[in-house]
Formats: sequence, C-alpha cells, structure tokens
Amino acid sequence: MATNLRTRDGGPATGRSASRRSHGEGPFRFISTAAGVILLAIMAAIAVFLISEAIPALQANKGSFFTELTWDPNSAQVFGIGALAFGTVLSSLLALLIATPVAVGVALFISHYAPRRLAAPLGYLIDLLAAVPSVVYGLWGVVFLVPLIRTPSQWLNENLGWFPLFAGEGIIGGKTMIAGGIVLAIMILPIIAAIAREVFLQAPKMNEEAALALGATRWEMIRMAVLPFGRPGVISAAMLGLGRAMGETIAVALIFPATFDITFQILTPHANSIAANIANGFGEATQIGRGALIASGLVLFAITLLVNIGARLIINRRKEYARAGA
Amino acid sequence: MKYAGRLAAVAVVGALSLAACGTDNNSSAGSSASASAPAAAGNDNGLSGSVNAAGSSAQANAITEWTKNFSATNPGVTLNYQPSGSGAGVQAFIQGTVAFAGSDSALKEDEPAQADARCKTGKAINIPMVTGPVAVVYNLPGTEGLQLSPKTLGGIFSSKITKWDDAAIKADNPEATLPSTPIQAFHRSDESGTSDNFTKFLKATAEWPYEPAKAWPAEAKGQGSKGSDGIASSVKDTEGAISYVELSYAENSSLQKAKVANGAGEFVELTPESAAKTVETAEIKGTGNDLALSIDYATKTAGAYPIVLVTYEITCEKGLPADQQKIVKSFLTYTASDEGQAALKELGYAPLSGALLTKVRTAVEAIS
Repeated sequence: MATNLRTRDGGPATGRSASRRSHGEGPFRFISTAAGVILLAIMAAIAVFLISEAIPALQANKGSFFTELTWDPNSAQVFGIGALAFGTVLSSLLALLIATPVAVGVALFISHYAPRRLAAPLGYLIDLLAAVPSVVYGLWGVVFLVPLIRTPSQWLNENLGWFPLFAGEGIIGGKTMIAGGIVLAIMILPIIAAIAREVFLQAPKMNEEAALALGATRWEMIRMAVLPFGRPGVISAAMLGLGRAMGETIAVALIFPATFDITFQILTPHANSIAANIANGFGEATQIGRGALIASGLVLFAITLLVNIGARLIINRRKEYARAGA
Repeated sequence: MKYAGRLAAVAVVGALSLAACGTDNNSSAGSSASASAPAAAGNDNGLSGSVNAAGSSAQANAITEWTKNFSATNPGVTLNYQPSGSGAGVQAFIQGTVAFAGSDSALKEDEPAQADARCKTGKAINIPMVTGPVAVVYNLPGTEGLQLSPKTLGGIFSSKITKWDDAAIKADNPEATLPSTPIQAFHRSDESGTSDNFTKFLKATAEWPYEPAKAWPAEAKGQGSKGSDGIASSVKDTEGAISYVELSYAENSSLQKAKVANGAGEFVELTPESAAKTVETAEIKGTGNDLALSIDYATKTAGAYPIVLVTYEITCEKGLPADQQKIVKSFLTYTASDEGQAALKELGYAPLSGALLTKVRTAVEAIS
C-alpha cells in the first residue's frame, strides 16, 4: 500500500484522488466483509458444536432439565439447571445492587468533584481493577473476605433475621451467596464506573452551566443536568456488568459452596452458579457429563442474551425520554 | 525525557537478548557436561526424546518429584505431565495424545476396550504406583486426637450429625470434652478421585445411602470447596469444620487429623506406614499384568488406616511407539524402584510395599 501511494505521488493532482479512492476501496471492502463473514462463521460453528454435544446428554437425562435441582450426569444421569440458574441470577443481581451505586458515585466523583490532578490517577486505578485476573479475586475472597464477613453476617442474622434475605438457621456466614456477591461486585465495578464516567463527562456543558447560573448547588446541578442525561448510559453499563457477573467462573467456583438448592438466605452457605459448576465439573466429566455441562452453558448464554435484549429495550426507551427532556 | 525513555528501552532489549544468549550458553554447557556425566552415574541407556503424559492431579506432586530425579540421570529426556484430571488423562490416552495416563481409578466400563484399541498390538494395563492416604481433618481448638468411627463419619458427612457434642461423637471419644459448636462438613466442590474414594469408604463401612462417585452427592448437603487447597484453607479458617483431604495437604496446612477406626474397630492414626498396610491387603481384580486393585476399606489388619487412594499409571503393555515405550518403561522402572518409592514419603504419599510392589515391578518389566 505504502509503496503504491508513493509511486503515485508524482502523478497529476486530479487523477490522484480518484485512483487512490478506487485503490483503497476494493481491498478494504474485502477485508471488512471477510471479517464479518468469519465472525458469523465462527459463531455458527460454536453454536453447532455446543448444540450437537448437548443433545445426546439431554436425551440421556433421566430427570427434567429445567426443574431438577441435582446435578449428577456422570453416574446417575439425573441433572437439572434449576438451582444453578437461580444461583447465577441471584448472585449477579446482588453484585449489581452493590456495585452500581458505588460505581456511579465513583464516576461522578471523577467527572465532577475530584480536582483534575486526582481525577486522572483515580481513573487509571479503577481501570486497573479490571485488569486483575479473576482467580486473584477468588483467592482474595476465600482467604480474606470469607473469614472477614462471618461476624457481620451473624449480627445481621440475629438482629434482622425477619428479613427473608438475612434469615436462616444453623450455620451462618462463611462461603455464602453474599460473599460471592461482594466479590462479583468488586469485579464488575470498574466496567460500570468506566462507562458511567465517560457518559457523565459527555453531559452537555451548557445545561450544567445553566443550572449553576440559576443558583443550583453542585448536587442539584448533577441531579438536574448530569444524571438524567447519563441514565441510559449507566443502565447499559450496569447490564454489561451483569453479563460479566453471570459469566464469571473461577472466582465464584472458589467461593461458592456448590450446593444444589434454591434459597434466598444469602447469609447461609448455600450458593452455586452455572459457570462455577462448569469449572468444578469439567475436569473429571464423562461424555454425558461434558454434554450436560455444555447444555448448562447454553442456558447461561440464553440468560445473558435475554438480559442484553432487556437492556437494549430499556435503553432505547430511555433514550427517547432523555431526548425529550433535553 | 523522551530520549531517556528510548535509551532505557534499548538497554532493556539489550539486556534481554544478552540474557537469552546467556541461557543458550548455559544449556549447551549443561548438555555437553552431562554427555560425560551419565557414564559416571552408570545410568545412561542412551535415552532421549520427550514423552507427554496427563491425568490425576492427586499424583501431580509425585510425578513432579520423580521427573526431577529421573531427568537428572537421563538428561536427554523431557517428560511433560499435565495434571488435567483423571478423566481428561484417560481420554487423552485413548485418543493417543499421551503415552501414559495417571488416574485415580482403574479403567472401567467401556474405557478398557477403547484403551486396548489405542494400544493396537497390546492391551492397556493399570499399574498402581502412587498411594495417597486420605486424612480426615477437622478444626476444633483444644480437642486433639479426635477418634471417629466410619459410622460417625457417615452421619457427619450426610448432615445427620450436626453438633460436635453429638452422642455418637462422644461415644467414639469418651475422654474428650466436646464443644456444642455446629459441625461444618466440607467436601470437594469439583469432581475428584478423593471424593470418589472417600465415598467408597463410607459406602463400604458406614450407613451411606448414596452411590460413590467423583461428584459429591447433592443430597448429602454440606459445603463445597474447590480443590484440595480449597479444602485445606476452608478447614483452617472455619472453627467446627471437618473434611477429607490428601495427607500432604493436611500436613502442609498443619491441620488436626482424626484417628479413624478400621474394620477391627481399632482407631488408627494416619501415617504413610499405616496407610501402606491397607494397600498391601488390597485384592487384585485385574488379570495378568493388569493390576487394578480392589481395596478392602473394612480391613481388619492391625494398625491399618482404612482410607487410601491408590492412583494408577495407565499405559500399553505392548504397542507404544518404540521411542516412547523405552522412556515410559525406564521412567516407571525408576518410580517402582525402592529409591522412587522412598521419594514419595516426604511428599505425603505412602510407598508401595510387599507382594504388590513385586507385582508392579513385574508389570513394568513386561512393557515392550
């Protein structure tokens, strides 16, 4: 390409621009089309492989795949996604509940409160959180967080035990849903914070200054001019975070106690997720076992897809609001 | 500033390439030195090449130690053992990507036929090589030397006994003072040969309503932890915890180990020797040089600790490619030697002994 252009340098000005355009157009069009086609082909190949692996296992299943709670595809060949899907959704929602307010706060601080000298390093630091390997989060969770939250968990259970999430008898604390939820929250925090920060920075300066000029305090200005503008962005950031939380594997595999039951008691050691179960079971799985794990992966894929579609719908609707408001 | 940065980059690249040269020099010096050394060691059978193996993570530490010692005397040989799990190891062996597989259980169901097909001219054999005793570990500050009968263990791990001062535990430990803390029974959340063996032990000796399997039965409840290290750290962090783990992990984390009753009702402390006694009494299920074992978990031998995990090396008796066959045979000859088995003891494994060890050596000798 480069040499081609250089030889053309001496040519007449009129012919040059036309020929350069035609020269660049063809190859680039080919490359981008090829990239698109390859992507689709890879996706299709993965889908075909997954489905073909999953079908024999699903046919061998002696229980109902959607309602069965146990997971024993290797010997008894009875397995179901119920408990796993529930755990995946609950742990991710917990993570989202914890992470979103913190992330929005961090993003607002960086975009509107922090002095510029502090804002940039803080931004880097948040991004750095995203670069920590997930197994490190898992180990941190098991070694540090799990013992740490045992006493607060017991306190919550004793004093606020009437609240369904904090209820439970017997063993309280330890490898619980909330421990996994907190670790997941820390893991998705940087994604949400980074996107929210970018969105908040794009809030129309005119509106902000107008709000301030009308005598609004900084918080009022943020509430009137920044948050409404940033809402769809924050929602899509949260959905991205949710997707990551649901797909997170090794950290939750290390923390969750891999039980197969459905309970909202997040302070008792009952938790599991689809991805954690795949990580736990894959190494020693038989043919059927592997197929069953792949089938559970397809379910995870479907849940993630639903979440993303839901997020798109919300964002599209909110966008109209935001535009109408502005 | 920019200039300084560029200069630093040049310096770094320079240093790296120098270091690369350095390692090159070292290795060539190493191999030229070793070319003369083996004659002195008297162990040179002109072996060279590389062999891939995969399988059980329970024997990973043993294989690592053996590989280190083996390649010291056979510098031309590289042995790569990937501790990917027994199931994955056996699959890799059947597909022909590894020369031998380490496995926590002998070939079963349709595996022997597939493995024989892989060996073409010969058949696949299970050779017991590494014995990993499984310790029952607990965390009760102030209560040393807890004694547990298989029946009590079955009750604890099926979540029927939930307090440490339960009558069944008291009956096993008439002299100990037991706290009323709740029992937190941990099991492996990943599928593992250790769980398989531990549940086989419970099935054979206690009222255990579930089928032994690599996956912990969900109905038995309890909490899961991933991997032996996960179990060790959970027990260490949790007062009132109990679990089962390979001896080496129990010792590395200095966990409290329970004495377990054998078939004679004798409470035995876990040592490599007491575990070896149980392996010695195991019955051989296989025929010829196939040494698949059937362990008597209710052994009545005096001083025998009943929970042991025997892991196998699975390879072809005949039919491996010649270059690989030589290395595999030579490696397994070393691992079955007195020296090889003695190296195990420091790693928390139990050595093979007696008649079984002789049979193992015969089986290795037959690889051709």
